Amino acid sequence: MTIRRMKAKTQRLILLGLALVAVGGAILLGMSAMRDQASFFYAPADVARQGLPLDRAVRIGGMVRRGSLHRQPDGVTINFVVGDETPATINVTYRGITPDLFREGSGVIAEGRFQPNGAFVASEILAKHDENYMPPELTRRGIHQTDVVR
Amino acid sequence: MIAEAGLALLWLAASLSLLQLVLGAAALRPGNDALLRVVRPVAVAQGVLIGLSFLALIWLFLRTDLSVKLVAQNSHSLKPWLYKFAGAWGNHEGSMLLWVTVLAVAGAGVALFEKRLRQDSLIATLAAQAAIGLGFYAYILLASNPFDRLFPVPLEGNGLNPLLQDPGLAFHPPTLYFGYVGISIAFSFAVGALVTRDVGPAFARAMRPWVLAAWIFLTLGITAGSYWAYYELGWGGWWFWDPVENASLMPWLAATALLHSVTVLATRAGLRAWTIMLAVVAFSMSMIGTFLVRSGILTSVHAFAVDPTRGAFILVLLAFYIGGALTLFGLRVRYVKEGSTFEIVSREASLVINNLFLSVILGLVFIGTLYPLVTQALGHEISVGPPYFNTAIGPIALALAAVMTIGPMMRWRRDELRALAGRVAIPALLSAAALLLVVLLAPGTGWLPLLGLAIAPGVAVASIAPLWRRNLRRTPLFLYGMVVAHLGIAVALFGMASDSAFTRETLIAARPGQIIEAGPFHIRFLGVEPVPGPNWTAVEARLEARRGDGAPFLLTPQARLFDSPPTPTSETSIQTLWDGQLYVAIGEGDDQGRWQLRFWWKPFVTLIWGGGVMVAFGGLLALIGRLMRERRFKREEEVPA
Repeated sequence: MTIRRMKAKTQRLILLGLALVAVGGAILLGMSAMRDQASFFYAPADVARQGLPLDRAVRIGGMVRRGSLHRQPDGVTINFVVGDETPATINVTYRGITPDLFREGSGVIAEGRFQPNGAFVASEILAKHDENYMPPELTRRGIHQTDVVR
Repeated sequence: MIAEAGLALLWLAASLSLLQLVLGAAALRPGNDALLRVVRPVAVAQGVLIGLSFLALIWLFLRTDLSVKLVAQNSHSLKPWLYKFAGAWGNHEGSMLLWVTVLAVAGAGVALFEKRLRQDSLIATLAAQAAIGLGFYAYILLASNPFDRLFPVPLEGNGLNPLLQDPGLAFHPPTLYFGYVGISIAFSFAVGALVTRDVGPAFARAMRPWVLAAWIFLTLGITAGSYWAYYELGWGGWWFWDPVENASLMPWLAATALLHSVTVLATRAGLRAWTIMLAVVAFSMSMIGTFLVRSGILTSVHAFAVDPTRGAFILVLLAFYIGGALTLFGLRVRYVKEGSTFEIVSREASLVINNLFLSVILGLVFIGTLYPLVTQALGHEISVGPPYFNTAIGPIALALAAVMTIGPMMRWRRDELRALAGRVAIPALLSAAALLLVVLLAPGTGWLPLLGLAIAPGVAVASIAPLWRRNLRRTPLFLYGMVVAHLGIAVALFGMASDSAFTRETLIAARPGQIIEAGPFHIRFLGVEPVPGPNWTAVEARLEARRGDGAPFLLTPQARLFDSPPTPTSETSIQTLWDGQLYVAIGEGDDQGRWQLRFWWKPFVTLIWGGGVMVAFGGLLALIGRLMRERRFKREEEVPA
């Protein structure tokens, strides 16, 4: 009886050890993946202040400046300028079909990479679900649609 | 009038849940045996009343009663009836009412059908279920009353978000909720068993069918949601690691682990405390998911609420229930008997590894989903996207699939490594052959899809292996259930790997009359024409596609404009062939008469959802098999007595 109990206890300890190793390993894996892959959010003002994040994929967000949206001759590549409450802007290039509610003067979040010349090549433009949408990253900074639509 | 009746029913149901909790708690004290018999009827009555209240809400939506604020804000008299009906839960208040309805109906189900559990544990379970219900009743009545009136009555409603105007709305939310909230039964069972110190094989056998039932719905709901996002959003993807998706995945992961650990508890009386813990975690994940999705901290088609007090309310409930259950666990865990021991090479050990991997995946999803929210709260913007989840979870999921080939072939208690190696040889060889084949035929395939394509055939063969040399007629149904569910995982894995390895995308601005090459297809752009709908108008592109000498078929993607609220949406057109899907979305037209068209050829993508449905079907077989066996045992027990 006592031996069995001992055994059960040892087994519990072994299992617990295994679980700790597994969870520890997972946390390490997660942290390293997070460090490499988490894409940070940049508003135009952030880029102006901190310089270009060239080493990783990032998200940018802001308002599409009125009159800045142009389609290239191939018919599927667009350029537009993203601005925020500061004079700073980001030039964005995107190849693809834009989300349904994407248009000039509305909020946008794009995922992609900065080029050394400062242009942003978006791999994806994130969808929004209503026409009064503002990226929450901007609303939290106290920016509202009326502030930035020029 | 109907609205007031609905509200009254809601109040009545809420008071009954309070009664259920008080009576249940009182009945558990010694000497109060007379009370034991009242708790069940109260639970059933509560389920019936809240069900009626929910029907009242559906009625109001069907009638488009604009004097009800919720209807006026979210419905429209000219909407097709299906979306009036399903629109009842296509908004914050209605979806919370559905939430609590499922909770109470599940509790009523336990009160009606649960015959195996010890009576005091059953009463404790019902009391726990009522305690959860009470918090959410309070939430609905105080912070999101669906029956609020509006004065003056508007002439017309605001309409439903067009993205939700899809038959998927009738199916995906209720199914998901049955799973999501149904897991509450496992939570209440665990709390009940901790209270009455009844954690053992009999308890596990009683709990298992309820967990299975919820898990089947959850699996179907997630599968349906994934397919809906795939065809509705027009991005060609089927899983985006969006927080709302993760919110449904996390309870599924915990429930899957629970299903496997409860088997160890039922069969071998092992993993007692761990199983209880998982039951608590599974429903905690459901509640955290509810908080994420319904509190408005996320921007999503699922997030209806914008009022921050609502989020805070759910957060308080969440902390209370999870904290309470964990405290109870901490206080009572020393009364939970130690489980039976087992060898390192045994079925139990393989199930422990399954649980470890699932828990680790759960942890990674949890961190990836909540960490950005925490940093946001601290004023530091960070977003964690698909690259994180794929790198962190992909390898572990594949390792889990590999363990899945071995586990079902192992014997309970102890097994011989050498004999096991012999059994695993065929699937392993098959996987190696598949690996070689893909490397030779499709060099340059990324290593995750490559491993997925290699492991899937091995898992498929290994999942059928338990039927090897068995008399197929005498094989119990639940064994078939395991076989089908595991096979479904292999099928889905193959579909996912094939989709990410072989998808071909073509993006073009084309004029009518132009021939487009997309993957193996020749597509002729016939033209565009306007199409009227019930509450929208659309521009529809007509495309004739054919592969080689095959029969041509027509694709008709639409760009729709909904009337109220005026919103553009994109309707994809998808042709399903035996070996995959051709998927096309239409974008904008330009002044040169060109239209943006985006094609995807996705080989075997359908297997993803086919596999998901198989997993759920396997669960259903297992559920029926378990219930049949319970009944037979019961009869055998009764006969000699």
